[in-house]
Amino acid sequence: MEFLFLLLGAMLRIATPILFAALGETIIERAGVLNLGIEGTMLLSAFTGFLAAQFTGSLWLGLLVAVLTGIVLSLLLGFLTVTLGLNQHVSGLGITLLASGLALYTFRIIYGGSSTPPSLEASFPLLPLAKGTWLEPLLDQYWLTYLAIILVPLLGWLLTHTRFGLRLRSVGMNPEAADVAGVNVYRVRYQALILGGALIGLGGAFLSLAQLGAFTHGVVNGRGWVAIAIVIFGNWQPSKVFFGALLFGFVQALQLRLQAQGVPLPYEALLALPYIVTIIVLTLARRNASYPTALLKPYRREGL
Amino acid sequence: MESTMTLFGYRLERSSAPVWFRFLLPVFAVLITFVIVSIVIAASGVNPFAVFYEMLIKPLTKRSARFELLVQVTPLLLCGVAVAFAFVSGYYNIGADGQLYAGALAGALIGTTLTNIPAFLSICIMLLCGFIGGMLWALVPALLKVRLGVDEVVTTLLLNSVMRFFIDALLNGAWRDPISGWPHSPEIAVSAWFPQLFARTRVHLGFILAIVAALALWWILRRTRFGLELRAVGLGQDAAKFMGIPVKRRILQATLISGGIAGIAGVSEVAGIHHYILNGISADYGYTGVIIATFGGLSALGVTLASSFLALIDTGALSTSRSLGVPDYLGDIIQSTLLIVTLAVLLLNRYRFRKQK
Repeated sequence: MEFLFLLLGAMLRIATPILFAALGETIIERAGVLNLGIEGTMLLSAFTGFLAAQFTGSLWLGLLVAVLTGIVLSLLLGFLTVTLGLNQHVSGLGITLLASGLALYTFRIIYGGSSTPPSLEASFPLLPLAKGTWLEPLLDQYWLTYLAIILVPLLGWLLTHTRFGLRLRSVGMNPEAADVAGVNVYRVRYQALILGGALIGLGGAFLSLAQLGAFTHGVVNGRGWVAIAIVIFGNWQPSKVFFGALLFGFVQALQLRLQAQGVPLPYEALLALPYIVTIIVLTLARRNASYPTALLKPYRREGL
Repeated sequence: MESTMTLFGYRLERSSAPVWFRFLLPVFAVLITFVIVSIVIAASGVNPFAVFYEMLIKPLTKRSARFELLVQVTPLLLCGVAVAFAFVSGYYNIGADGQLYAGALAGALIGTTLTNIPAFLSICIMLLCGFIGGMLWALVPALLKVRLGVDEVVTTLLLNSVMRFFIDALLNGAWRDPISGWPHSPEIAVSAWFPQLFARTRVHLGFILAIVAALALWWILRRTRFGLELRAVGLGQDAAKFMGIPVKRRILQATLISGGIAGIAGVSEVAGIHHYILNGISADYGYTGVIIATFGGLSALGVTLASSFLALIDTGALSTSRSLGVPDYLGDIIQSTLLIVTLAVLLLNRYRFRKQK
């Protein structure tokens, strides 16, 4: 029983940064923009958040800076793809490369090439919700984990039951029709990018300010790509994205546990699993109700 | 409904830019990039001009550094050509990195197995198998694209990671070098090593292969019907279909060539530099290939110049980090900024200024 709770607790911790990022990506993609900048955005957010926390001594300021970083990079993607109408693939890739470069460059400038990664004096603690009880390994989580979980129904409701959500989905499905109906396509896409960028920034911040309390080169290590995969796996719906993130967390947690007990496992195969599953999902279930049909298509009003 | 903008008596119109202007665009892009990057460098407390001198001018004044530049051009040009082949047909192959590793894997397998045959033969077989390896890794997303309409960007991107994990699994497990115990494969046979082109340098046969690949890109796109059709498909699939071009088959062919050339890049790094495969043979060359293809305007000459420039940035960033203590990640910042700026500057291609009557 304790093994199970330890496992589920680890699952939640592993799922949290992926969940933040995947929820952010969901919002952005539902508005018709693919954000391949996600991997670099997470890394730069993790770094700026860490830096701000280290220099001000305030984790909350660090969190704020990480979120702002996510928003700024998202706005840059918006400028390139929404305002200028450039290719979303290449723009997003460019942002990932730029943000990673900036993070690692600045990291090296400030901390030099030291082999021990710099760490925070104090990072966000686990909430002692069930301390001392048998539920402790499961329920004692970072508050950010609980925030991520609360965001799932909240964002689901936002997308399906509010005027904003309706507009957001409409500009991702049929921007021409949305425009005719009086929706400002550009503005709604920017709003989605701001909200999504903030969430992706939270995902990065979780890694450096809570889970690790430190920053290293490999702190994100492909989690952004996993998030992209999980958005597809989750059919662009927050609830299913949540399920996808949990599934990913569970497999990884199980693998770590078994490995710690010396069970020989095809470790790399398990790491590759989410990518392969996503490609299979992409193949089997493509154009369905939630797929934002205007994804990747820049919207241009008449004129210049 | 054509809206216009006037500036000093000139009117901005939406039509393709004059030809001379197109050659200025890369220059604009580089200038803007360096202005932006100067800010980053100055903010880190270093004189940007000193950095640019160390990075871009000084390597060209030393013989050894000039040859190192050719070593670095080799994988970049191959990957740039690989990506360009796919992009020309409108297929966004972001997976050149994975295809590079697939080719490297096939090449290393052959190189370690065939030990008792003449060098010429083993190099030819290795190249052939590397080409096929890259092609096979490109085949899955290409088939998914043309048969089922699955977006190739996500699949090729994810397959890069899958290939890296696969290589890790091999090198940490079955294929770990039994002699050194490090996570790289055993060495390939000496007969399979690429010959050096110049004494006391690391420049190898791969450089010639890269030049051949660039020439092939030029020849196919500009001198063959096949290339013309590829470009037509890239410009608009509906129009191409109307002209009787087998659109899907052309995309598939372009993609396979693309993957194959990326595979050659992998063989070249294995047989020319390392002589075994390890998980670091590509410093994200496949992604740099996307930058090179975009900045080079998908033309053979452009891609060649772009890969030389980016190789200069790569090698210059390394030597600058040693001499001035500026982290070599600066090279990544310059290259990615260049990509973004190029994309934006290319927009100007769609406009021209006319004197107002």
